[in-house]
Amino acid sequence: MEVLPALLTGLALGSIYGLIALGFHITASVCGAVNFAQGSSAMLGAVLLWMLTQAGWPVPAAVVIAVTACALYGLIVERAAIRPFLMRKSDAWLMATVALGLVCDNGVMLVFGAEPRSLPSPLAQDAVRVGGIDLGIYPLHLLIPLVMLALAGGIDLFRRRTLHGVAMLAVAQNRDAAAIMGIPVGRVIAAAFGLSSALAGIAGMLVAPLSHVETGMGVTLGLKAFAVAILGGLDNARGVVVAALLFGLVEALVTLGVGSGYTQIVTFMLVIIVLAVRPDGLLGRAQVRKV
Amino acid sequence: MAILVPRRTILAGMIGGAAAALGGCSRSSDRIGVGLITALTAQSAKSGEAISRGITIAIDEINAAGGLLNRKLELIRRDDESSPAKGVIAARELLYKEGVAVLFGGLDTPVARAIVPIATAARTPFVVPWAAGTVITHNGTDPNYVFRVSAVDELVDKAMVAFARRTYAVRRPGLILLNTAWGQSNEKGLKAALAAAGLPLAGSEKFEHSDLDVTPQLGRLRAAGADCLLMVATVGPSAQVVKSLDQMDWDVPIVSHWGPAGGRFSELAGSHANRVKFVQTYSFFGADTPVRARVLAALKAKYPDITGPQDVTPAVGVANAYDAMHLAGLAIAAAGSQDGEAVRRGFIRIGRYEGLIKTYDAPFAHGQDALDEHDYVWAEFDGGRIVPLPLPGTMPSKAA
Repeated sequence: MEVLPALLTGLALGSIYGLIALGFHITASVCGAVNFAQGSSAMLGAVLLWMLTQAGWPVPAAVVIAVTACALYGLIVERAAIRPFLMRKSDAWLMATVALGLVCDNGVMLVFGAEPRSLPSPLAQDAVRVGGIDLGIYPLHLLIPLVMLALAGGIDLFRRRTLHGVAMLAVAQNRDAAAIMGIPVGRVIAAAFGLSSALAGIAGMLVAPLSHVETGMGVTLGLKAFAVAILGGLDNARGVVVAALLFGLVEALVTLGVGSGYTQIVTFMLVIIVLAVRPDGLLGRAQVRKV
Repeated sequence: MAILVPRRTILAGMIGGAAAALGGCSRSSDRIGVGLITALTAQSAKSGEAISRGITIAIDEINAAGGLLNRKLELIRRDDESSPAKGVIAARELLYKEGVAVLFGGLDTPVARAIVPIATAARTPFVVPWAAGTVITHNGTDPNYVFRVSAVDELVDKAMVAFARRTYAVRRPGLILLNTAWGQSNEKGLKAALAAAGLPLAGSEKFEHSDLDVTPQLGRLRAAGADCLLMVATVGPSAQVVKSLDQMDWDVPIVSHWGPAGGRFSELAGSHANRVKFVQTYSFFGADTPVRARVLAALKAKYPDITGPQDVTPAVGVANAYDAMHLAGLAIAAAGSQDGEAVRRGFIRIGRYEGLIKTYDAPFAHGQDALDEHDYVWAEFDGGRIVPLPLPGTMPSKAA
């Protein structure tokens, strides 16, 4: 009886990692860089939603504003911590994005405070019942995977069916050729970072009612999401989605089966084993390099 | 004949001399420094502020009565951000540069443990008004410069088991612990207390501060037949346990260390926050004594955000620190000087003192801890207020 709630909860938490990991995938595929401040974007989304709803804003409007703010934060990350280093063909963006994330976390703490706060949701109050049986989960646990799959599908459609999406693919495949064809490469890369941060912000907003809002909440989320992105294959959105769901399931089942003391050990050992067998991730493709 | 002195010895002598000179300079000034190292920022800031307020009110009272040794007391605070490394730096500064007569500190056990050898080397009493780690006072030093007015983990663990047994008639409790040094330390204490009480353990589960879901751990405990949870965790994680229990629809009693009392637990845990019963050393909603009335009036006068006992949170921080400061004052008075060794002996010579938590009678004559399990009170949240529970044994059993 404990297995079903664990499976459903695992899928929900895996989907949270997945939303953030999709952001890693989007920026990595477009420009080869990832935003290690993704965890901060998740925190920012949750904090902004809390602050706006506390100020009396209706939830839908607060969600739109918070997602937009997260996208703007992504643009700032690209402008301040990615572009200057990509232009010099330097990998220092790695440290720069980590540093910017820390600046964001500590800056938000000055305004929001260090104490965790509650973000109640009607979707996380009464457990789901089917045929009179309590499933041991909230409706939000069911909604989160649906949101993740819908957004992943939407991004896939956007990239294949729209002009802007095709431009993104073109930049991903060959930046120089895309520029020659008149595609504004800089703007496409910036948009990728905006989209990536917005996805993380949505993840933060979805997970907050299940836990609470605090300025350090993005650190572990970002770390696990990066593991998921690598596990699935940074260049493959479907791989990221599959890896996210598997990661969440394994986490929950290991905790249920052998105890919480082994959760991190077993989960990350599995990640290492999978990467040892498939270094480019579950569905990633081997990179061809000319030497 | 030339005497060769190793350069290292000369250097050590110079540093020691400079430190002594600095200490001497400060200690001969017109005030008596009282150092406080606690978390003034980050997650534990509220608790650090409570300690500051307790000491401040006590210092105001002592100064209003003429001070000590014809001098006024002055509180000098430093932020350790809950980091042992920062606590050590602050301790050295307060001991050697500011020359404090007594050092208060240790909101977090790791910080307190890091400061113990520094204060011992400086031969200055170190007073702990919060951190409950048993090893802080049972530190193996002789003479022991550490004195505590707070709960002690080992005793709290015994009290938790006794309370669970008495109140809920538990037969098979389970442990749910934060995966930190604090959680591990209490796991040992709780297992020992359960063994001593002859109660079998359903299981022991740990979880991380960042865990978003504790249902798998709780599911294992439920499957193992746990009829009560003994919890050791800070505010946010404790709330996560309550939320996960709600999600699982498992109505099991929770007996907790004092972690939930440090912040906005009732907000985070929601409407079922009151299912957690936790240990405290004091509640302002308890008996109305003259000391309580005096302290509450002083708090209201000094801090505009305090309008009544419900605003004095966490109360244990204020109460422990208030009593600890007055006991330190009595020790300095008994010593008749600011000399660290004399003040240490002064602590041991303290006689009767009518404090906020209780009336102390030679509190440090036989040990370093002024409070024991007989001084603990059990409490729960009533809305945002921490209220003491009725007398033991009068609560209805909610065992699952």
